[in-house]
Amino acid sequence: MGNEESVFFSRVLTEMTLSFHIIYATIGVGIPLMILIAQWVGIKKQDDHYILLARRWTRGYAITVAVGVVTGTIIGLQLSLLWPEFMTLGGQIIALPLFMETFAFFIEAIFLGIYLYTWDRFKNQKRHLLLLIPVALGASFSAVFITIVNAFMNSPRGFDFVGGQIRNVNPVLAMFTLSMPTKVAHVLGTAYMTAAFLLASIAAFRLLKRSNHIYHKKALFFTMKIGLTFSIATALLGDFSGKYLAHYQPEKLAAAEWHFETGGGAPLLMYGTIQDGKVKNAIKIPFALSILAHDLPGATVTGLDEFPQDEIPPLYIHYMFDLMVTIGMLMVVLSLLYVMGIRRKWKFVLSKWFKWFIVLGGPLSLLAIEFGWWLDEVGRQPWILRGFMRTTDAATTSGQVNMMLILFAGLYLVLAIGSVTVLSRMFRNYTIEQELTDRNLEREGAAYDS
Amino acid sequence: MTLEILGITVLWLFLFGYVILASIDFGAGFFNAYGMLTGKEHILSSVIERYLNPVWEVTNVFLVFFFVGIIGFFPKTAYYYGTSLLVPVSIGLVLLSIRGSYYAFTTYGGLKQKIFTYLYGLTGLFIPASLSIVLTISEGGFVRMENTRPVLDYWALFTSPLTWSIVVLSLAAVLYISAVFLTWYADRANDQLAFDLLRKYALFWSVPLLIAAAGIIVELRKHNPEHFNHLVSLWWMFGLSLLLFVGTGYLIWTRRSYKFAFWLLFWQFFLAFFGYGISHYPYLLYPYLSIYASFTNQSMAISLVIVFILGLGILIPSLYLLLKLFLFNEKYIQGKKNNHA
Repeated sequence: MGNEESVFFSRVLTEMTLSFHIIYATIGVGIPLMILIAQWVGIKKQDDHYILLARRWTRGYAITVAVGVVTGTIIGLQLSLLWPEFMTLGGQIIALPLFMETFAFFIEAIFLGIYLYTWDRFKNQKRHLLLLIPVALGASFSAVFITIVNAFMNSPRGFDFVGGQIRNVNPVLAMFTLSMPTKVAHVLGTAYMTAAFLLASIAAFRLLKRSNHIYHKKALFFTMKIGLTFSIATALLGDFSGKYLAHYQPEKLAAAEWHFETGGGAPLLMYGTIQDGKVKNAIKIPFALSILAHDLPGATVTGLDEFPQDEIPPLYIHYMFDLMVTIGMLMVVLSLLYVMGIRRKWKFVLSKWFKWFIVLGGPLSLLAIEFGWWLDEVGRQPWILRGFMRTTDAATTSGQVNMMLILFAGLYLVLAIGSVTVLSRMFRNYTIEQELTDRNLEREGAAYDS
Repeated sequence: MTLEILGITVLWLFLFGYVILASIDFGAGFFNAYGMLTGKEHILSSVIERYLNPVWEVTNVFLVFFFVGIIGFFPKTAYYYGTSLLVPVSIGLVLLSIRGSYYAFTTYGGLKQKIFTYLYGLTGLFIPASLSIVLTISEGGFVRMENTRPVLDYWALFTSPLTWSIVVLSLAAVLYISAVFLTWYADRANDQLAFDLLRKYALFWSVPLLIAAAGIIVELRKHNPEHFNHLVSLWWMFGLSLLLFVGTGYLIWTRRSYKFAFWLLFWQFFLAFFGYGISHYPYLLYPYLSIYASFTNQSMAISLVIVFILGLGILIPSLYLLLKLFLFNEKYIQGKKNNHA
């Protein structure tokens, strides 16, 4: 296998691992916060349904965490296995956040273990709730630190590059790069939003399938409200990310928007196709790109003509951008309609077809996460370290990457089937009605004992 | 102490933590599967489950800590080991993933088929074998440079008796550590049947452990004389380790204090592990990579040390809480607390 093939297979394998990992990682970051809020609301309102909500989510969460942990371990090692040159350089400059990430991960793992096995141990539920704070913090901070690493790859700084050598490394400056604030905020916002909408999908699905229990209705309203908050926040943060790109990484924005020539009053292109460099069937919104990029209809937006041919990212990222934004907007509208509809007693939000939309919302949000990451990662091509190291120079020279690709593809298939089967069986076999009955029996038994 | 030495000591310490915790975990899985094969599953499973449930995830983090830390302190290891280890580490990762996820699937998801218990038990043996290859490679002679790129010579690796001695040692150590720990654990759980069985395993696995350890010293003499000489100059560490080993065996044989027996074992492995590590000095990959040539820049080293100290400040109390609530809690161990997730 030649070097070019090694590069190709390394890219495919990394993309596959990350695409698979982020499904579980996003759930892993978002769900603990949902559990925390649900248990807190349950304690505050003295409503057992919310406590039970937290408990049932936690059980499912244990499964997704397991897959998240193992795939996270895989990507952690694959970085060195597939991109040794990059990690040698990265280790000099960006090891600090990677190292901090392991501490966050440690805290999350320890307290999740404790939280899972102390449900009935404390008389005071608040003490049990406290254990969840380090879990949620650990999960979110893992995301923060790992996103800092990714932000560095997009906007490296904190070192001098003299004659191919790294000099004067400043590890703290390398963490606080220009793209870091928008990236971290957007990643956290979308993770919380996606987790909320996934849980809403489950609740809506249960309501559609026989069970008409008040528990599911509470769960649905609760998660849709949280989802609405975070989807609005995400949209705002996404706008900031766009402005960051326009200022500091214009080739990514230009490729995503098919903006070929630098100029003022730039229009925004939505959807459409591209053939031989000609855009077809796109919806053109005049001045919108200038407004998006610089808040002024006349502002100049840098086009792809300003960059050498071999530094332009692939143009298909436009589709990723469209899909991500469309789903994001759809979710804002859907959750807004539902939350307002419940408050104002609009009939249609209780209808079957509307619930089916909500069921679709969770998977769609996950898809948007994938599209967003593909846009971000492919939009940085041809660089692995923008402006400093090309992806083709960073890959391993090992000749066995193609075999490893097959090996890991098989593993992810098994993990995907396994986790989905186990999760669906878990909740189908032990319905909420059953669990509530069991709990009441237990409580009566306990009262009888004492 | 220079920052290089501090860095490698810290990493070695965490690797040691992983070796002990993972050994207990891998061995437990194997004994559980073996128990099922011989129809004694019910004897062991409850003791093993009670131990594993709250800690399995933490075990994994010790490994992550090690490999993230080594890239941080010694970035060039990514270049040498990353390039040459693609296949063995990938296989180890796949096994580790199957193991970790099926543990969760069976424990929380009620996937109770026998086949998974066997798979789980077997991966516990293959993982130490595939990961211990890294130790073999570090001795030199298996990686050669082609146009400044490191390439692993599989044929030399798989035909070397050193490789197989290290694999056997890792397997024997896993089963021995696990059996001694679980003997103590079963004793505290007042689980007489599990205790009897595990005590037998502990005594049984001490024999291959001793033979394999002696074998490696012989192999190393031929393979890497420089390392062998360092090893000999640290004879007292290994001698002390051997004494502790005899002590553990004696205590278990005569049914005295199992807690004390486990702590003797702990220090036995600590001495052997650090003796081995120190004798390896200053090489990370003989003879290409020394800890001095691969060390990171000064400012990164200092910031990593600061983060490490701050991190320990949170980590140690958290680990203590975990141990106090589960491992050192008699009521929990004896299953008198209802701790269902």
